Amino acid sequence: MLKQLECSRAIAETIARCRPQVVCAYPITPQTHIVEALSELVRDGSLSPCEYINVESETSALSVALGASATGARAYTATASQGALHMAEVIYNVAGLGLPVVMTLGNRAVGAPINIWNDHSDAMALKDAGWIQLFARDAQESLDLHVLAFRLAEELSVPVMVCVDGFVLTHSVEPLDVPSQEAVDRFLPPYQPVQVLDPADPVSIGAMVGPEAFTEVRYLAHHKQLQVLTRLPELAAELAQLIGRPSGALLHPYRLDGAETIVVAMGSVTGAAGLAIGAVALCAFRPFPLAALAEALADARRVVVIERNLAPGLGGALASNVRMALRGRAIPVHTVIAGLGGRPVTRAALRPVFESAARDALDDLVFLDLDNAAIDRELARSGERRRSGPAAENLLRDARRPR
Amino acid sequence: MSQTVRFYQTATFTVGNRLLDPARRTVQASAERANAITSGHRACQGCGEALGARYVLDAAMRATGGDLVAVNATGCLEVFTTPSPQTAWQLPWLHSLFGNAAAVATGVAAALRVQGKRTRVIAQGGDGGTTDIGFGCLSGMFERNDDVLYVCYDNEGYMNTGVQRSSATPPAARTATTPVIGPEGGNVFGTGKSLPLIAMAHRLPYVATATVADLHDLEAKVTRAMTVHGARYLHVLVPCPLGWGHPTDETIQMSRLAIECGVFPVFEAVNGEVERATPIRRRQPIEAYLRPQKRFAHLFAGDAVDPRVARLQALADDNIRRFGIGGPP
Amino acid sequence: MLEIRIHGRGGQGVVTAAELLSLAAFREGQYAQAFPSFGSERMGAPVTSFCRLDAEPIRLREPIDRPDVIVIQDPTLLASHDVLAGLSTDGWLLVNSSRGFAELGLADWVAQFRPGRARCVPASELARQHLGRPLPNAALLGGLAGLTGAVGIDSITSAIRERFAGAVGERNSAAATAAFTLSRTEPVPC
Repeated sequence: MLKQLECSRAIAETIARCRPQVVCAYPITPQTHIVEALSELVRDGSLSPCEYINVESETSALSVALGASATGARAYTATASQGALHMAEVIYNVAGLGLPVVMTLGNRAVGAPINIWNDHSDAMALKDAGWIQLFARDAQESLDLHVLAFRLAEELSVPVMVCVDGFVLTHSVEPLDVPSQEAVDRFLPPYQPVQVLDPADPVSIGAMVGPEAFTEVRYLAHHKQLQVLTRLPELAAELAQLIGRPSGALLHPYRLDGAETIVVAMGSVTGAAGLAIGAVALCAFRPFPLAALAEALADARRVVVIERNLAPGLGGALASNVRMALRGRAIPVHTVIAGLGGRPVTRAALRPVFESAARDALDDLVFLDLDNAAIDRELARSGERRRSGPAAENLLRDARRPR
Repeated sequence: MSQTVRFYQTATFTVGNRLLDPARRTVQASAERANAITSGHRACQGCGEALGARYVLDAAMRATGGDLVAVNATGCLEVFTTPSPQTAWQLPWLHSLFGNAAAVATGVAAALRVQGKRTRVIAQGGDGGTTDIGFGCLSGMFERNDDVLYVCYDNEGYMNTGVQRSSATPPAARTATTPVIGPEGGNVFGTGKSLPLIAMAHRLPYVATATVADLHDLEAKVTRAMTVHGARYLHVLVPCPLGWGHPTDETIQMSRLAIECGVFPVFEAVNGEVERATPIRRRQPIEAYLRPQKRFAHLFAGDAVDPRVARLQALADDNIRRFGIGGPP
Repeated sequence: MLEIRIHGRGGQGVVTAAELLSLAAFREGQYAQAFPSFGSERMGAPVTSFCRLDAEPIRLREPIDRPDVIVIQDPTLLASHDVLAGLSTDGWLLVNSSRGFAELGLADWVAQFRPGRARCVPASELARQHLGRPLPNAALLGGLAGLTGAVGIDSITSAIRERFAGAVGERNSAAATAAFTLSRTEPVPC
């Protein structure tokens, strides 16, 4: 049933319906409304039985979830940006230990410079930690992906990160349908751990593995991720049946028929790309759906990747992955770095980029809305004097005023 | 005919008291003060942290002759003093992350030492960055006795991100993650930690607590801290009108009440032993402190006063007994 | 699509205003999207919120550059921030003020609008009267309903009551209704 809700609130209600037994909370913008709403739901009895733990750092937040998951409890936490990086060691640990934790990542830029607004750098920093990474294209999908996430995680014993654009999605108030408890219960059975700390049947979790077996362990992790490529569409179809609408996929195609120029993007920015142009909204980023993407791009003459992240010294991380899907095809793949640190990605700015691409007049690497004058001034400044002060602070003096 | 006139010092109630001889006036009373945090910053009206940081930094600048570097944790102070493209800081200032200010300060101090410089180092953060996420780095700095004065501005919650609970949040207080729902709404009893006591357990050369209600006392402690080398810790209570829910012109009043009801003992400790604790001048019951704050409003919302008020009173009584600061009732 | 932009300061309920507007529109069967401009928690800082209304689902998520409606909750912002940027002359302007546009120095600027599309409403005074504090957002929503007809006043008051229980909801609804009536009956410009 549709209700006018803040996306974060709706995510919290959806999580509650997934019946997590341990929820850890450490506040970081822009995820705070999710953990705050969950504290209310636990306190008023809507989510019960559930241990809600206020922790003292993100490392602890995920560590608490780790311990809980290893002991047979369904565990959930949320973070973003600096917090995700703070718990980076634990993120690798959870995946390596095969624990089905589900975590919301409220995508936010990683500093320095400190920045609280949306981009994908936090997710990209952790893309190869062994977690499944799903990107929500809109607020409704951000809810549904969490339900899928718990099922996927527990079936495969792989943790899942649901990426939800910070502020742009998390703080949007719009009509949303929180899946009913009945539908979620039918989709998500109680957690049946593959391994669990149980005095009745003791196991040791967390062994050291040397060269003799490490490669095999890692290969199996890769193998597990590949299973997502078949399981995710199947589970999405099953969930769709129960909630009466489609949700979640490896990727969502838009107007691909006859499109020569196809845009590939992830997250909410795919809405801005909703022009009369072919587009693919990638939902699963890890595992990366090479075959499905290759098929979607089969008739493209050129691809434009809108990338809400920068790989300094290279350009695009998403674009690099996209190029792997185009193995054997010599078509241009343009990288458009857009929306870093929360700069709005507008139709007005994208339109000329797409037109350029269609005329084959677009550079390989483009920074959308770049203030070239400010760049030139800073380069001149640092060229004149070695000790010219911090670059970020210098640029702020020159930057265009934000809208 | 002559007569002896005695001037009664109004002391802490008057900043810049002209009856005091100049040598005993506060740093804030001087036109020559460093103004280390200059005006134009974006703190909320009535912000206790802005006040406390100004007091601390100017006193530290006077004590060090301006030869000082500051390292700041992420939080309100960092955010409202550096609204791009401006900064309110008039001393060298470094902000890295939320939890590593103590470690970064250690690095700054080490670099100064190896270069033979005598510049002093101050690290600062809120309670979230100090008692929670920065706790590990802080203990490391304490344990190594690095030459850093760490100042914690304690407003008892993660205020910058929207008033969430930290380990400095008092029992029963309402925050966004300890909502007033259910039979015992607000923060849970039996949780929380005293950073000053933990600092003392590291046997630091100097540990002190202070508030923004007593300027002379706060400046004296900062000055004394700067006469010492090694790891030092200063814990300053700084009310937050937004997070605590009190009028913006009652920040100093709230600090004074915290002292007078025993909730915040004011003391100095050297090498792990309390050396001096300030006796309470005019003892107040805990209710006088709790009632003006909306974060405790639920304790007084029913027909009878919530029993947790009595438990909070007991905690205050215990502080008074433990530090021997019981004043006349 | 109707795009509304609301300007005010932290603590004046700017974000809540956009949410309530979207809730009111939702109750009428419209598709409504509301979101704030984002920043750290700070009382008194300039805050902007946005609301889009349409009959169809809204996919756009950019900040609103060319609003159809601008609501100014705090006229002190007129001096230092470009809060009126992008408003088309076919649009509507609602300002929280008991003074007129002439006194606010906007008489000339407002003259380019279609008659009846720019108003001042003494929302803070109405709020003081009905709520006992100068929290103007509910009253301004009533004024918005009266000025633009984008949503009905009944939807506004229902949304207010849904969000705020008991006396708080009632008083805010009363303020909204009072502003609505004012905006329909008082001659323009104020």
